[in-house]
Amino acid sequence: MARESEEPGMAKTSKVKRQRKKKPKENKTRTVHANLLYDNAKGEENPNRNYANNKIKTTKYTVLSFLPKNLFEQFHRFANVYFVFIALLNFVPVVNAFQPELALAPVVFILSVTAIKDLWEDYRRHRSDQEINHMDCLVYNRAERRYVERYWKEVRVGDFIRLRCNEILPADVLLLSSSDPDRLCHIETATLDGETNLKQRQVVRSFFDLDCDFDPLKYNGIIECEKPNNDLNRFRGYIIHRSGQRDALYKENLLLRGCTIRNTEEAVGIVIYAGHETKAMLNNNGPRYKRSKLERQMNVDVFWCVIILLVMCLFAAVGHGLWMFQYGDKRPVFDVLSPEGTDLSPIMSAIYLFLTMIIVFQVLIPISLFVSIEIVKICQVYFIHQDMDLYDEETDSHLQCRALNITEDLGQMQYIFSDKTGTLTENKMVFRRCTVAGVEYSHDANARRLAMYQEMDSEEEDCTSHGGTLPRRDSVTSHQSARVVLRSQSTKSHRRTGSRAEAKRASILSKHTAFSSPMEKDITPDPQLLDKVNECSSQMDFMRFHNQPMSQLPSDLADIIDFFIALTICNTVVVSSPNQPRQKVRMRFELKSPVKTIEDFIKRFTPSRLTSGSNSSSSSSLITNRSSNRGCSSLLSSPSAESTLTKLDEEQPPRGLEHSFGPVPPCYNGKAWNLEDGELRYEAESPDEAALVYAARAYKCSLVGRLPDQVTVELPHLGKLSFELLHTLGFDSTRKRMSVVVRHPLTDQITVYTKGADSAIMDLIKPPDTGSSKGKRQKKIVSRTQNYLNLYAADGLRTLCIAKKILSKEQYACWLQHHLQAETAIQGREELLFDSALRLETNLQLLGATGIEDRLQDGVPETIASLRKAGLQIWVLTGDKQETAVNIAYACKLLDPEEEILTLNADSQEACALLLEESLHYIQAKFLCSSTDQAAKAFHSNFAPFEIYPSSSPSSSSHTTPFTVLRLGLVIDGRTLAYALDKSLEDKFLAVARSCRSVLCCRSTPLQKSMVVKLVRNKLKVMTLAIGDGANDVSMIQVADVGVGISGQEGMQAVMASDFALPRFRYLQKLLLVHGHWCYSRLANMILYFFYKNAMFVALIFWYQFYCGFSGSAMIDQWYLIFFNLMFSAFPQLITGTLDKDVSAETLQQLPQLYVNGQNSEEYKPYMFWMNMIDAFYQSLVCFFIPYFAYADSDVDLFTWGTPITTLALLTILVHLGIETKTWTWMNWLSIAFSTALFFTVALCYNASCPTCYTPSNPYWTMQRLLQDPLFYLLCVITPVAALLPRYFYRACQGTLFPSPVQVGRQLDKLPTETRRNILSLSRVKAGSALSPKPPFLSLSKPSPKGCNKKDQRSFPSSETSQGPALQTDEQGQRSPLGPADSNKGPLDLYTIVPTEKDTLPYTKDTPKLPGEPRPPSTKDSECLGKTLEASDVSLSGWITSTPLLSQTGSVQLNLPPAQCVKYTRNSDQRLKSDHSVHPAQRTEQGAEQSLHTTL
Amino acid sequence: MLANAANNETCSTNIGNSSSRLCNQKMVKEEQELANRPDNTAFTQQRLPAWQPMLSAGIVIPGFVLIGLAFIGIGVALFVTSRSIQVLELDYTGLEQNSPCFKCTYPNVSNCVCDLDFSIDSLFKGTVFFYYGLSNYFQNFRKYGVSKDDVQLSGDLTNFKSPSDTCSPYVYDRNNQPIVPCGSIANSMFNDTFQLFQKINGTKTLVPFDGKGIAWWTDYNIKYRNPSVTPLKNAFNSTVKPIFWSKPAYELDTSDPANNGFINQNFLVWMRRAALPNFRKLYGRIDEGVYAQGLPAGSYSLAITYNYPVLSFGGRKKVVFSNVSWMGGKNEFLGIAYLVIGSLCVLMSIVMLIVYAKFKFPEED
Repeated sequence: MARESEEPGMAKTSKVKRQRKKKPKENKTRTVHANLLYDNAKGEENPNRNYANNKIKTTKYTVLSFLPKNLFEQFHRFANVYFVFIALLNFVPVVNAFQPELALAPVVFILSVTAIKDLWEDYRRHRSDQEINHMDCLVYNRAERRYVERYWKEVRVGDFIRLRCNEILPADVLLLSSSDPDRLCHIETATLDGETNLKQRQVVRSFFDLDCDFDPLKYNGIIECEKPNNDLNRFRGYIIHRSGQRDALYKENLLLRGCTIRNTEEAVGIVIYAGHETKAMLNNNGPRYKRSKLERQMNVDVFWCVIILLVMCLFAAVGHGLWMFQYGDKRPVFDVLSPEGTDLSPIMSAIYLFLTMIIVFQVLIPISLFVSIEIVKICQVYFIHQDMDLYDEETDSHLQCRALNITEDLGQMQYIFSDKTGTLTENKMVFRRCTVAGVEYSHDANARRLAMYQEMDSEEEDCTSHGGTLPRRDSVTSHQSARVVLRSQSTKSHRRTGSRAEAKRASILSKHTAFSSPMEKDITPDPQLLDKVNECSSQMDFMRFHNQPMSQLPSDLADIIDFFIALTICNTVVVSSPNQPRQKVRMRFELKSPVKTIEDFIKRFTPSRLTSGSNSSSSSSLITNRSSNRGCSSLLSSPSAESTLTKLDEEQPPRGLEHSFGPVPPCYNGKAWNLEDGELRYEAESPDEAALVYAARAYKCSLVGRLPDQVTVELPHLGKLSFELLHTLGFDSTRKRMSVVVRHPLTDQITVYTKGADSAIMDLIKPPDTGSSKGKRQKKIVSRTQNYLNLYAADGLRTLCIAKKILSKEQYACWLQHHLQAETAIQGREELLFDSALRLETNLQLLGATGIEDRLQDGVPETIASLRKAGLQIWVLTGDKQETAVNIAYACKLLDPEEEILTLNADSQEACALLLEESLHYIQAKFLCSSTDQAAKAFHSNFAPFEIYPSSSPSSSSHTTPFTVLRLGLVIDGRTLAYALDKSLEDKFLAVARSCRSVLCCRSTPLQKSMVVKLVRNKLKVMTLAIGDGANDVSMIQVADVGVGISGQEGMQAVMASDFALPRFRYLQKLLLVHGHWCYSRLANMILYFFYKNAMFVALIFWYQFYCGFSGSAMIDQWYLIFFNLMFSAFPQLITGTLDKDVSAETLQQLPQLYVNGQNSEEYKPYMFWMNMIDAFYQSLVCFFIPYFAYADSDVDLFTWGTPITTLALLTILVHLGIETKTWTWMNWLSIAFSTALFFTVALCYNASCPTCYTPSNPYWTMQRLLQDPLFYLLCVITPVAALLPRYFYRACQGTLFPSPVQVGRQLDKLPTETRRNILSLSRVKAGSALSPKPPFLSLSKPSPKGCNKKDQRSFPSSETSQGPALQTDEQGQRSPLGPADSNKGPLDLYTIVPTEKDTLPYTKDTPKLPGEPRPPSTKDSECLGKTLEASDVSLSGWITSTPLLSQTGSVQLNLPPAQCVKYTRNSDQRLKSDHSVHPAQRTEQGAEQSLHTTL
Repeated sequence: MLANAANNETCSTNIGNSSSRLCNQKMVKEEQELANRPDNTAFTQQRLPAWQPMLSAGIVIPGFVLIGLAFIGIGVALFVTSRSIQVLELDYTGLEQNSPCFKCTYPNVSNCVCDLDFSIDSLFKGTVFFYYGLSNYFQNFRKYGVSKDDVQLSGDLTNFKSPSDTCSPYVYDRNNQPIVPCGSIANSMFNDTFQLFQKINGTKTLVPFDGKGIAWWTDYNIKYRNPSVTPLKNAFNSTVKPIFWSKPAYELDTSDPANNGFINQNFLVWMRRAALPNFRKLYGRIDEGVYAQGLPAGSYSLAITYNYPVLSFGGRKKVVFSNVSWMGGKNEFLGIAYLVIGSLCVLMSIVMLIVYAKFKFPEED
């Protein structure tokens, strides 16, 4: 107690000192003191007083500030300022045209509609703020010495708060205490990032060791940390105890506002950031504002409208001046002098009139256009939200439009940039096969199991579905299990993959565990490997009993057990039990007690055991503290890490450790194990991890518990083993690997297990010492593993390498010293830790590799095919390795077996430049051929090149010509991409890439992804769409014109950054082809109509100026003039703009070619604006002069003549809309009827309401009289007909004689469904050619048909050549240098990819007859080809190797679906016949020979 | 709802030993969970039944023909009707030397009366309407049109004292007396008067103009009102007549005391501004006595009190005799317009037919 009493004082003095010190540093860090100390002091003394409190206010306005602030914001929109200006102009007597009050009406109406909307939104924000601010939490109160309930808004920085299970965190809290014995606190971050798996947070190290409850009164630390920022994954700082000891703080210590406490009964923490300074709030950005292409175009035309307006006003002003001038000094009786009685000069009157005319003609600038567009967009978003087809039943999620104002951009996309993993694929990682110590375990049974899921699927799908899955069928039939029955009922209901149906069922049963569908979980072990595991573990068990050193184990068996241990522990998977959801399974052993016993461990490990360093290892210092009698005090003055290290330095080799580790009671019992196993549930951060852990579990090597400092693994025979976890070096995308440092309980060696991408690991493998037999074995393992890795990749599997390394104590100590320094650094900690990790992960020993299958999402190939038909260029940007990516690309039909592939792999800038140059030549050569070729070869029509016409403003002259996209695929890897994206090469790269049908960028970083998107968007001036699901796609999504996020399993970052969030990739098809098309065509038509409407109406008054001395007089009553846009003609266009469908959804999806309509902006081209303007002027002429002549020489008065004109204009405008409306629903009818009725009702009421009001028109009883006049009706019949005759005639001619593709589609719609289906299926090919109106364009000038044919002969066969599965034999594998690390590289890193159709692989690879595979290369042939190549005028060397994919071996053909098979053989036959000089297969072989590095 | 039904179906068709229970479970779960499921209605799914007008030749060509024929029919009827209307226009501006009113065009001539002689060959069928017409006269001039005070004209005495500003500069005279009726329109009121005589054997018989009911009924009865002061003259105390006027408002029609003030028919007709610079205004009808059936053939003389100056702005004055049909005065335009548009429609259909036959039929074969 005495200590306590002196604490405040001390703290105060130190505080003063520190504050003085801190002043200059203030802007870099935040210092947090405990509030308790200042409770009694005045507010000013509280050092935390300057920090934001926890009250949040997301509202924009207060009651007082609403009006001015809202108006101010609205006036940011230029149009509003313009309209207010005009309204105010009306108050100037000299120039006024209307009743000033009336002129204000429209702008006030528009402003108030927006204001009311804003007010409502703000009120809702206010309500939710109130709700949140008044939530309860427990805050420590010094006076009462206990936690008392407080509102959230009363929480301040520096408060201690107590959190109970399932409570939501009110602020960003530093965790100081937890009821969890491991001093952990679990949180769920679903509200922040959508991830439902639990995250562990740790108590700050110095408070780790408290036996008793945390007492806030005893706290006296001072926290220094970063200023508030929005990086959820970063928190750095340190806590300074009174003793002066510093402890580093990590993001693992921080609980973020908005997260939910799970699994932890109680936790206590101190508030670091509150209210608006919390990371969650800082991340909370408002909706994004983007301007769509259409809107940009529209703004140009609004500008033109302004010009037209000014011209008209100027014209009228000049006219008025002249008119005045002709009278000279003689004033006519009808002229009116100015109020002062003076005479205005013609020039002055002209100037005044100019302003008056601006008021009169203001309608030309459509005031309601902006509001109408907003309304229509909201409706469009509503409909997109509501679409059943975009709703995913399993996840109960539908499409979200997060950006409300770019819906029409969806209809104008030209390029799609897609992520692969999780976007094209399920991101459901399924363990498929593995290789350990150079031996491949093919897991046939597992393959069959997976195929079965596929089978469920394909039963549902049409028989025509993707060939990629078909060959697996035959393997399915035999396998029947109870599971199948269960599954079939769930899949049938909706056409989904079995896995997804399963996933749903699983998720219903246990809502929260991700990545745990049966497909992912129930892995069938390979019997051979299972036997080995059993054998191995029994041997180890035996050895343990006989105290034999484990090193005596045969090395292959040791590798196997190490491999599985690595799979099990080298991850961050948390184990939980489903019976008590979110209850962590605790697996503690009697002899190995929890953290506290680490002291014991230290003792046993003395002198100075290697304990410190890991995130848990600081306990060593705590222990030392404890031994120096600290009791349960939290005031720790432990010896620094350095002292521990000094001890480490003088450490002695450990001896006799075996006894110290709890030999687990050998109570292994199969049944018990099974029971237990069934209860365990793994919560992984990434699906790969889960897949591997489940795979290991299939081999009875299961993870049963994970604590910060130890991992418990259950092995067969050996039972439960606890690995002491010394370090976890987490995964990051630069290193592409993760490592754990553990102490092996059996060997007591400090072991590093590393798991990572093969490229990352293979480079780090210790170069085998060729002398020893062990070294030889290692070398063999490495080469074999590399071989298998290539096979896996070719099979489209994701490969991971597993390696280990054993550290000596000295090495470890040395590394640890650096690592600890890195960990405690505040500045540049990340870099230091990164370097530290690099130091550790070297000289690894390869254990094996795994192949994980990432299955394609449902419908991806079909979606890609149809998007491509729609003229969209699809680029896939992935971080995966090249082979995997290429194979997935084949599987999802991104690359076609029939197309050639350009592979760009270079390792220097120059090489890259050269490569691009060559590619360009090649493409140009091919281009020439293919264009002449086109006419001759009709069989290509199926894949007729798309004509893509660049948008109206191409960037450079070289891009102005339309270009043909060839049937070429481009594959480029990340390194080459980096060179290609260089300023000097980017143009070339683009030139190459844009002529390829598909582009695949492998191993690209997030930054590169966004650079590629930016490059294409800016250079080609095209509309780009980026789609992705993970955090690595965020930058790409943000750069693209439209960003689409897949709300998949990888959290919500992509969704947060996106404009649209889709549950599945295949929904993109409907979103773009149907909704995009509709939104675009609706809005485009509506905008054009708006311009037309206003121009038409205003022109009426303009014509009248010729008959009223250009005096600004209007025959249309001012009420009609002002409310015409706002009321009378507003509704029908909104209805049409919202509901019109030019082509039905079905046809749009079946004829993707119709999408080109939007890409080329065919609904709204610049000339269309002018055509509409001309039409508007024509129509207004008709509407003006028919009544003019009809009433000429009569006694008609001004408004009795003007009102019919208004009526006629309205009718004409409505009928015009009718002509432009493609589908008439009852709502269209109703709206038009309503508009007409509204006009007449308003007119009648208005004209009957007040005999003396409404000067100057005073239209009393005008309408009533008109309605009795037959002439009025006669006019109403003829005028609209005469006005619309040309347009209707044009439309009729166009529709009948020269229908546009869209109109053809519409005509198809009209046909009965059956006929339509027939036509579509028949003309799927034909429609493509028929619908593309223009012939293929030839841009190169000197087509020499002869040379062309020659080249053609060369290139085409190569694109179609058949090639054996071309699996590299051992021979080749051994010959070829190992991986990219080899020093033997020339200037060009030449790759030949020999992609093999995925389907064929299981049959060739699963059978272990690889070495014996006949290999048909012949150097003679290749030489021959080389000559032919040289002979040809294109300098194309083997660098660009076209790599066809077709098998000539009969066995493979048999595996193909019959139809394809026939086609391929026929095609290749044809080619073979036409090509006498080169044998197709040889060319590729030659390429393979030439290449220095073969990756396959 | 649909999907649930589908599930039901699946469940029932797939009844296995264990699956039916699961199925039920699943359904219950689904119903609870699918909170985000969109409504499956025709509206939200954009599947509202719709009529798609298709502009195909089969519909368009007959459509054009039908419309064309109908228009030609209407056009013929209108044309015939319009042809039957008789119109007689007489310009009396007096610009030409031989014009009887030439003498009145000299400046400084006041109270000039000129006689305009004319003859009618055949019976001018009645009822005959008599108009005066002005050309190049911009009653639709914006500032001119504003220059009136509707409240004053509705008989509100407060606006007699202080007329509205809109009347400026004709609100007060030089002595600051309010002008009633104020404003430019009233001020510029047409003040020529006409008397028609039939000359039978040298004697002139007055053909009476019926000046009643030539203005709109609503104008005469509702919009314009005299102040309820008797005699009317008193209401105009301390006001002055418009500057151009020779007589105050309460003495506009000396013959009929009820036709004075703001409800004078000619005043009302004048106040209804013409739409176009060439206009005519009704002066009276000839519907009394023998002339109810029309003006018999013969010679007539129109005595014109020539007051209104138009030459300064190049205007012309005329008088018009006309009878009317159901569609108003003589106007051949509308009939011709119908005929032209109708013919165009037919023509277009023929053109389309030819083009269609030429381009389309071979292809479809």
